[in-house]
Amino acid sequence: MPPPLLGIDGDDHGHVSLMTSASTMESIFPKNAGLTERNYLGLSDSSSVDSSAVSGISDVKRSNLNLKATELRLGLPGSQSPERDPDADLVSAESLDEKPLFPLLPSKDGICSGSQKTFVSGNKRGFSDVNNKVSSCAQTTMINDAASKVVSQDQTHATFGNNNKVNTSNPPAAKAQVVGWPPVRSFRKNILATNAKTNDEVDGKPGPTALFVKVSMDGAPYLRKVDLRSYTTYQQLSSALEKMFSCFTLGQCGSQGSQSLSESKLRDLLHGSEYVLTYEDKDGDWMLVGDVPWDLFIGSCKRLKIMKGSDAIGLAPRAMEKSKNRN
Amino acid sequence: MDPNPKRPKTVDRVDSVEVVNSSESTQLLCSIDPNRKRAKTVDRVDSAESTQFPDEVLERVLSLIDSHKDRSSVSLVCKDWYNAERWSRRHVFIGNCYSVSPEIVAARFPRIRSVTIKGKPRFSDFNLVPEDWGADIYPWLSVFALAYPFLEELRLKRMAVSDESLEFLATKFCNFKALSLLSCDGFSTDGLKAIATHCKNLTELDIQENGIDDLGGHWLSCFPETLTSLEVLNFASLNSEVSFDALEKLVSRCKSLKVLKVNRNISLDQLQKLLSHCPQLMELGTGAFTQELISGPVTEFKNMFSNCRNLITLSGLWDATPLYLPVIYPACARLTFLNLSYATLRSDELANLLSHCKSLRRLWLLDTVGDKGLEAVGSCCPFLEELRVFPAHPFDQQIFLGVTESGFVSVSRGCPRLRYVLYFCRQMTNAAVAAIAKNCPDFTHFRLCIMNPGQPDYLTKEPMDEAFGSIVKTCTKLQRLAISGLLTDRTFEYIGKYSKNLETLSVAFAGSSDLGMEYVLQGCPKLRKLEIRDCPFGNAALLSGLTKYESMRSLWMSACNVSMNACRALAKEKPRLNVEVIRDEDGADDSQAHKVYVYRTVAGPRRDAPPFVLTL
Repeated sequence: MPPPLLGIDGDDHGHVSLMTSASTMESIFPKNAGLTERNYLGLSDSSSVDSSAVSGISDVKRSNLNLKATELRLGLPGSQSPERDPDADLVSAESLDEKPLFPLLPSKDGICSGSQKTFVSGNKRGFSDVNNKVSSCAQTTMINDAASKVVSQDQTHATFGNNNKVNTSNPPAAKAQVVGWPPVRSFRKNILATNAKTNDEVDGKPGPTALFVKVSMDGAPYLRKVDLRSYTTYQQLSSALEKMFSCFTLGQCGSQGSQSLSESKLRDLLHGSEYVLTYEDKDGDWMLVGDVPWDLFIGSCKRLKIMKGSDAIGLAPRAMEKSKNRN
Repeated sequence: MDPNPKRPKTVDRVDSVEVVNSSESTQLLCSIDPNRKRAKTVDRVDSAESTQFPDEVLERVLSLIDSHKDRSSVSLVCKDWYNAERWSRRHVFIGNCYSVSPEIVAARFPRIRSVTIKGKPRFSDFNLVPEDWGADIYPWLSVFALAYPFLEELRLKRMAVSDESLEFLATKFCNFKALSLLSCDGFSTDGLKAIATHCKNLTELDIQENGIDDLGGHWLSCFPETLTSLEVLNFASLNSEVSFDALEKLVSRCKSLKVLKVNRNISLDQLQKLLSHCPQLMELGTGAFTQELISGPVTEFKNMFSNCRNLITLSGLWDATPLYLPVIYPACARLTFLNLSYATLRSDELANLLSHCKSLRRLWLLDTVGDKGLEAVGSCCPFLEELRVFPAHPFDQQIFLGVTESGFVSVSRGCPRLRYVLYFCRQMTNAAVAAIAKNCPDFTHFRLCIMNPGQPDYLTKEPMDEAFGSIVKTCTKLQRLAISGLLTDRTFEYIGKYSKNLETLSVAFAGSSDLGMEYVLQGCPKLRKLEIRDCPFGNAALLSGLTKYESMRSLWMSACNVSMNACRALAKEKPRLNVEVIRDEDGADDSQAHKVYVYRTVAGPRRDAPPFVLTL
C-alpha cells in the first residue's frame, strides 16, 4: 500500500481545499466581466486546469508565478498582490533570523521538497506524515485570504519534484518544517492530528464538512445531534444511532426483566417493527431512511427521527420489508 | 528436540579468548577444542580436598543473576565462570541488532528463552532514517527456530517486522508466550491474527505505538476459546473496532490478566463490564473513556473502580471529560503511574484529579494542562520520580500555549525526588534550570526540548549553556541528557568535564565548532550512545573519538559537517566498527556524509544493507 502522497486520504481539509481551489481559480482568472482575457504571454488556459492533474496545476502555477510580477490582470481585489509580498518578507525574515555561523535550515526548497521526500520515504504505513505537513501548511494558510490559500495549497501538492517556493505566505510556519523536529514520534503526531480535528468540531468550530442534524426519538427526554458527514453508509449511521439511543431502549427492556441489552438484541429491537428511522426532507415531508443514495440523502436531510413502529403506520410495511431484506 | 541441551561434561581449554567488554551484546571470539583435556592449572596444589566449585552449583547460583550487566561481569571472571554463565543464561539483551549476528548469539548461549532486540537508530522515530533501512527480525527468527525452538519471549524495539515474520514466530515456536512490539513497523493486524490463532500458551501481547497497518479488529476474535493464559493484552494503539463480545469472553476466562489496555472504540459502559470480569487488574488502559450518549447518571459508573484493588497504572482517558473523570477517583490513591499523555486535560481538571493521587511516582502529561496544571503536580505529588510533558501542538508555531519554565520550576519545588524528566516547552531560562537542578539533584534522565531550534534564554537572550551546566554540575548521577536551545561549545565543555556517569547524549542544533563534540568525546567516560543532528561538528570532531567508539554502542551524526573521506579514514583505522553512511535521496553532494551511523560490531559489515547505505 503506497503512502498517500498527496495527503488527501483521511485529510478532509486538504481534499476540500483542493476542490475549492479549482473554483477559486476561476475567480482569480475571470473570463467574464465583459472582458476577454488575451493570452499575450502564451500561457495555457488556466481555467481549464483540472484539479486532479497536479502536475498541470504546478506547471500553470509555476509559469503564473514567474510572470505575476509583470502581468497585469483583472482579478478580485487583493487576490493577487499578497503573493508577491510574502516572498519578499520571507527573504528578509530568513536573513534576519538565521544564525550566521551555521545555517540551521537549508534553503526553503531544500527543506520542503527534501522533507516531503523524507516524509514519503521514511514512512511505509499509516504514518501519514505527509498528511500532517499538508494539514499544517493548510492550517497556517487558513488565516490568509483565498488566493494565497489556493496558491499555497497547490504549491504544497506541487512540490513533489518541483522547485517552487513553498508556503511562502507564512515564514514562521516554514521554519517549523524541519524534518523530525520537535522529536515527536510519528504515532503521536498522527494522534494529535486526529485530536485537533475532533476538538475543532467539539469547540463549535466544525470543519468545513460537518453537517449536524437533530435526532429525536420517541420517548427520549432530549434530542441528540449527529454529523451526517462523518458517516458514509446507512449502516454506519444506523449503528451509531443504535449506540446513542441504546439507553432508552434499555429502559424499555429493563422493565421486561432482561438483564443487559447486548448490541445484537438492540439491533433486533430496532430492526423489528418496533422502531423505524425516518427523516424530514427539504420539503418538510417525513421519509423513510434508506431509499435514496447516501449522498442524496445527506443533501436533503434536515432532521432525523426514530419513530415507534406504531406511529409509522404508513411506512411500516416497507420497514418490515426492508428489515427482511437486510436479514 | 531437547529443551535443555545438556552441557558437555568435558568443558575444555579455550585457546584464544577475545572478549569485548560490553554490557549489551557480550560476544566471544574464541575457539574451543573439545578434544583437549582440561589442563591442571597452577593453583591446584596437591591436596586432598578439591578447590573446584562444582559446575552445576555455580550454574545454579549464577542463574539467579538477572541483570545482563552483572552477567557480563560474571563472564569475565574466568573460563569456568564464563561457561557457567553462558549455560545458565535465559535472557539475552541485544541493544543493537547489527552489533552481533544471530549465529554468534546462538553459539554462545544455548539455553535462551527470552530475547530483547533493538534495531534502528533512535532518530528513525523522527523520520531521519529512510524506509527499508534494515533491522529485519526475520533472519533472527530463522536462526532461533533451530537454536531456541522453545523460545518464550520476544521483545522488539525499532525493528522491521513483517506479517510473515509474525506468522513464522507463531507457528515455529510451540511454547511461545510473550510478544512485545514498540516502534516497530512493517506489519499489519494480519500478523496479530497469526499470533492469536497459533500461540496456545500466549501470556503477553503488547502492541505499543508501532507503524502497523490496521486492517480491522478481527484479530482479536482469533484467540481460541481454550486460551486462558493471557496476562498482558495491550491494543490501545490500534484504531479498528474489535468484537466486544469476543473481548469480554476473553477477559472473563483469563483469570491471570494483569494488564489490559483497550483502544478508543470501547465505550465507558463496555469498560465497566470488562472491569467487572477482571478486578485483579494491575494496569489499565481505558481507551477513550467516553460514552456516546450520557445514558444514565454518572453514579452508575461510580463503583467501576472500587473493586480494582490492585490497580497501580492507569492510561488512556483520551476523551475523558470533567463529567466522567471523577469515576476514576476511587482508584487514584493507589496509582503509581498515570499516563495522561494523550488526554487533553485542562489545568483545573488535572488539579482535581491529582488531589486524589498521593502515591504517584510516574506521571505523563500533555502540555494542555499548562503551568497551572504543573503547579498542581508540585503540590499534590511529593513522591513523584518521573515526569513527562508532551506537546499538544508541536508543529504549530503560532500557538503560545503549552508549558513554560515556571511550570517546570513549580514541579521541582514540590517533587524533590524527581529522577526522570522529559519536558517540551517553548521558552526556558538559565535561571529556571539552575533552580530546578538545585531542587532536584537526583536527576538520572534530563531531557529538555525547547521546541524552537536554537532559541536562547528568552529573558536574558543568552545561550542556554549555563542551564545545562548547572544540571551536569549538580546532578552527578545523570545518565541520560538531551539538550536544546541556543548552545555554544561551552555546554559541551561542561558536559565533558562534569558528567561522569553520562551514558546517552542527544544533541540538536547546538555547538559552535568541532571543540564541542571533542569535549564530550574526551570527557564522559561512560558514554555509550551519542546522537547528533544539525550541528557544526566536522571531521576533526569525528576523528577525535577514534579511540572511544569501540567502548560505545553507537554514534549518529546527521546534517553535520563530516566528509566521506573522514568516514573512510575512521573505517580504515577501526575495523571493528561499522561506519555507515546513509546517502541522501537527491545525492546532491557526494563528498559530504550527510548521515553517519557508527557502531561497534563483531558481526562484520552488514550483509543486508540497502543500496542507500554505504558501509565504508
